[in-house]
Amino acid sequence: MKIHIPKEEYMDPGHLACSGCGSPLGLRLALKALGEKTMIVIPASCMSVIVGPFPYSALKVPSVHVAFATAACSASGIRASLDMQGDGETTVVAWAGDGGTFDIGIQALSGAAERNDDFIYICSDNEAYMNTGIQRSSATPYLAWTTTTPVGNLKERPKKDIMAIMAGHHIPYAATACVAYPEDFIRKLKKAKDMEGTRFIHLLSPCPPGWRIASDEAIKVARLAVETKVFPLYEIEHGEIYMLTYQPRGIPVEEYLNQQGRFRHLTDEEMATIQENVDREWNRLMEQCEGATRRGVSRLAQ
Amino acid sequence: MKRVLSGNKAVAYGVMLSRVQVISAYPITPQTTIVEELSRFCAEGELEAKFIKVESEHSAMASIIASSVTGSRSFTATSSQGLALMHEMLHWAAGARLPLVMVNVNRALGPGWNIWTDQGDSLSQRDTGWIQLYCEDNQEVLDTIIQAFKIAETVYLPIMVVLDAFFLSHTSEVIEIPDREEVDRFLPRFEPQYRLNLKEPQAYFGLCSPDYYMEFRYKMQRGMEETVEVAKRVDEEFGRQFGRTYGIVEPYRCEDADVVMVTSGTVTSTSRVVIDRLWEDGIKVGLLKVKMFRPFPMEEIKGVLKGVEKVGVIDRNISFGHGGIFAQEIRSTFCNEDERPMVFGFVMGLGGRDVTPEVIEEAIHVTLDNSRPKEEILWIGLKG
Repeated sequence: MKIHIPKEEYMDPGHLACSGCGSPLGLRLALKALGEKTMIVIPASCMSVIVGPFPYSALKVPSVHVAFATAACSASGIRASLDMQGDGETTVVAWAGDGGTFDIGIQALSGAAERNDDFIYICSDNEAYMNTGIQRSSATPYLAWTTTTPVGNLKERPKKDIMAIMAGHHIPYAATACVAYPEDFIRKLKKAKDMEGTRFIHLLSPCPPGWRIASDEAIKVARLAVETKVFPLYEIEHGEIYMLTYQPRGIPVEEYLNQQGRFRHLTDEEMATIQENVDREWNRLMEQCEGATRRGVSRLAQ
Repeated sequence: MKRVLSGNKAVAYGVMLSRVQVISAYPITPQTTIVEELSRFCAEGELEAKFIKVESEHSAMASIIASSVTGSRSFTATSSQGLALMHEMLHWAAGARLPLVMVNVNRALGPGWNIWTDQGDSLSQRDTGWIQLYCEDNQEVLDTIIQAFKIAETVYLPIMVVLDAFFLSHTSEVIEIPDREEVDRFLPRFEPQYRLNLKEPQAYFGLCSPDYYMEFRYKMQRGMEETVEVAKRVDEEFGRQFGRTYGIVEPYRCEDADVVMVTSGTVTSTSRVVIDRLWEDGIKVGLLKVKMFRPFPMEEIKGVLKGVEKVGVIDRNISFGHGGIFAQEIRSTFCNEDERPMVFGFVMGLGGRDVTPEVIEEAIHVTLDNSRPKEEILWIGLKG
């Protein structure tokens, strides 16, 4: 199936993102996929700055800025209100960062997902609190540098497995996506749009200042995250049917890590540990996909 | 139609008659029977509304902020710790100029755990930009909810309707339930000036620089100032239609009174009984019930208390390091007046300790017998 990237634009240029940021690209693609009948919730995040200050907005769809912890329950409120007005057609989207999703917003997200409230939640994950100046979140990878995990006191815990958490809520759809794979992302959004209930997309989006990469390297580095199996592209239906949506080349993680200043301090031994972790997580994912295959679902989603 | 209803059931009837469209709430004692009754109304089709059963009060307030900005009349109810957890969102609701109505059942804050009445929870939210209305009985609770939607939808500020834990929430009284069509006439469908709208995409509550922020806050204050007159008008209109009015303050037997006691909530009812008895004994004591706490109705209060030599204020709350909060507000109301009463600030009944007629009488006698208060905070009923 060929996926076109729709020509319609719902995000104007002239927004306030740092140059080379993955996030506005992600939102632009998301709105192309979801179309004009979309309302968007934006909690405190880089995006609350990117879309512009009052009285401006870079968005051509209605948007509402909400408090940090409230992306999911705000989406629930909009959905309930639209339903009361007989509008079952408009897609409600929450666009939150990793801090707003993995950390401060996880309670509201878990509540809404357990109720299976009807909206699409997109977590634009740049792996730290970038809007406040690169502080670690629970989405920050093992041994990554941030301003609150400086060299000498690095993050020694793995990134929280948000996909497993969402799968544990048995929501109809959860998927990973990456700004470097727009067609995969758009296909997932379109699939999500046609479903009902809580739909969750975990979008990896590099932050050039936070990852210590050049502003023209975001897409290259994002692609390496996928190709090294650090960030596999897959989807989960109803919390149990796992499907890989892109077969990565499986190149060594060093090639991903070496591109980024935030991993500059890593020793060969630490690189090897990270490789082991990535391999173990990949094998676990493959087992989950094979479990789905045994139940008659194709391993590589179409 | 007359029914015997607890304060919490009166709340539910008020919400049902106001045709609320979105409810979002989390259970907390002593608010719980409100959400139970509303769930039943929704399940049985007596109220056509979406009820979001959220996982916290913070999410309850956040979700009705969102439903309100999408154009639906929205409601929540809470108490104590729940209200404290909402604090961030209370600022958001008021700053967003949304006409929400929330019921708060006054309950003490922990620690230690205390489920009984105390005004500390609602008064801690004084500066969030919410209108606050304190009720004395269950009929007033029901009527005030209907009035509150009308006031909120005129001034675009949210309203907290406050009732005492147990003394109202779980105590039953005979209540006149207004006729549904009559309420529809009084409170038409909610048609907001602005709402999230696909035809006119707009951004709500975005980044606001110093160039704009102050004007938004100035307008909130103007909204508060306007609320005093709007609330009076709405109450009069309610009175014409339903035969009951409350006022934003209510003086009781203040004419020729030597001293006036200022009360709020259920302490008012008990005080009425005490004062009636004292008048029989020739002791001239008046009562001023303050229903509206925010905006603080300074002119109306001055109108009643001007010329009164001594005023006793009963506070079922304390601002640590200063004193009872109603007393502070009364003092500041008069501070620039040449002629001002001596204010006796009584703190009593914290954490649900009974405020009996005897306790109130003691406060009245302290006010009568002294030319000025011996201390800034006059504790009544303190043990040991």
